[in-house]
Amino acid sequence: MSITDQEKAVFKAIGVNDKDAIESVYKDNFSLIQHFVLYNNGNEDDARDIFQEAMIVLFEKSKSPDFILTCQIKTYLYSVCRRLWLKKLQQNRRIESQVENFDQIVPVEDDLEEHEKLNKQYLIMRTAMGKIGEPCKSLIEAFYVHHKNMHEIAEFFGYTNADNAKNQKYKCLVRLKKLFFAQYKNA
Amino acid sequence: MDQLQLSEMVEKYLRGELSGAEKVAFEEMRMNDPELDQMVVEYHAFLDQIENYGAIRRFKSTLYDTHQTLQEDGLIKELRIRGSARIVNLWSRYRRVVTVAASIAGITALFISGMITVFSPKTPLRDIEELRRKVSSLEKQSSTQRVELNKFKNKIEPGASVKFGGTGFIIDPKGYMVTSAHVLKDAKKVYVQNQDGEDFLAEIIHLDASSDIALLKINDLDFKATKQLPYGFAKTSTDLSAPVYTLGYPKDEIVYNEGYLSAKSGLDGDTLSYQLAISANPGNSGGPVLNKNGEVIGILNARQASASGVVFATKSKNIYRLLESIKDAESPEHIRIHNASSIKKVDRMQQVKKVQDYVYMVKVVLN
Repeated sequence: MSITDQEKAVFKAIGVNDKDAIESVYKDNFSLIQHFVLYNNGNEDDARDIFQEAMIVLFEKSKSPDFILTCQIKTYLYSVCRRLWLKKLQQNRRIESQVENFDQIVPVEDDLEEHEKLNKQYLIMRTAMGKIGEPCKSLIEAFYVHHKNMHEIAEFFGYTNADNAKNQKYKCLVRLKKLFFAQYKNA
Repeated sequence: MDQLQLSEMVEKYLRGELSGAEKVAFEEMRMNDPELDQMVVEYHAFLDQIENYGAIRRFKSTLYDTHQTLQEDGLIKELRIRGSARIVNLWSRYRRVVTVAASIAGITALFISGMITVFSPKTPLRDIEELRRKVSSLEKQSSTQRVELNKFKNKIEPGASVKFGGTGFIIDPKGYMVTSAHVLKDAKKVYVQNQDGEDFLAEIIHLDASSDIALLKINDLDFKATKQLPYGFAKTSTDLSAPVYTLGYPKDEIVYNEGYLSAKSGLDGDTLSYQLAISANPGNSGGPVLNKNGEVIGILNARQASASGVVFATKSKNIYRLLESIKDAESPEHIRIHNASSIKKVDRMQQVKKVQDYVYMVKVVLN
């Protein structure tokens, strides 16, 4: 099936965290996925988790320069959810048989392998963040997650000037780097 | 160039914020210094990871907000049904019948509870005395207590004074405990103190005024999960005349008292409570009432003002009910309590020795 330019634009917008694009994709697809999960031995929490993880896959793909969307977003999301849910069912041994199909699917196995790798890195970083302690964690997050500048950070954390904040950030970063690579090299 | 400046430079370089000349100079430096080059490579990988982490975090929070907004606007619906496809089918088929039945049941329940409120005897407040302790000043602590307290960092901030005190006990080794809801009235902060005088900050998870039970979670890094609880929680009613005992903090050290179950209902026929003949004082509120098998049968909460030795305890069944009602909503973890007691066969002294480690003093800070 050919993809409209509008679909392509929405797909690109997801990669830059565009709220309207995310909302429209969310609204158009959540119910289908929820039905799929509920009909296949899941509950509403599973449905939400699976759907949001698939959205993250979409986000990663949208940012990746190598990826080209070859089907509708709806089909892609459904395929990813189906694969993720099958895997979860197999892990929990809740069901051995085939799951009921709701829509056509495209192969996404390779895409998900890539996603798993990224997710692992994300989790290592999250663990490292959890270990550096305060105020380091908040400081690093203010800078890298919330994109605050050094003046705002200095003011918020009560440093006398931006240079002091910068110094502190550097110390925190060194610690975070050490913690991160200790885990990363083992993984 | 020191490490800080170097890392700043590397970061600027990787973000493409260096000017043309700076960039050329930096690249030349990199070529001539393999150590610097290695550092840049490693730094690059690391910064990529942080950027990715930040991007995913931001995306996740957008997803979360989107879900909330769409749900509030009714554009998506979370189907709150568990189970298999068949149940979903049955649900959609019989939804109307169920809705009608549920509303009839609801109306009936409302009607009955209305009748109960109208016809049930009102508890005259002055007739009952809630047993929370007024702590006039921390200075009143006994000398041994002060010595013990000094061993630990006193967590209660200077300036904040403990105004009321009661008792609480652990119901789940992860640090969940119960006490009487009235002990925590107007509480700004709650601390619990174990037998060794160690304070832990606790968070109020749930308050249930009708059964006078409060659920607390010890939220303190110094707190280690306890061992399996020695006592169980009785699910059935206890018989008249059964011997019972309680542990509590009417003063700054733990106090034991014993008595018997004198009526199966509380003041004016309150079926949520037992009446006990036991001596209890302000500060005993929230303490466990145990039977001879080491099962918690209730939580001590009040005494009759006009008669001596008449004490009331809310039944342990209410703890089960409370945990059931908050299962999904307010507690992130699953709290499990059971009725098996591991101290059934041992004598009272041994029982108390085991139980007292799980009974805490509850300190309430109002300001």
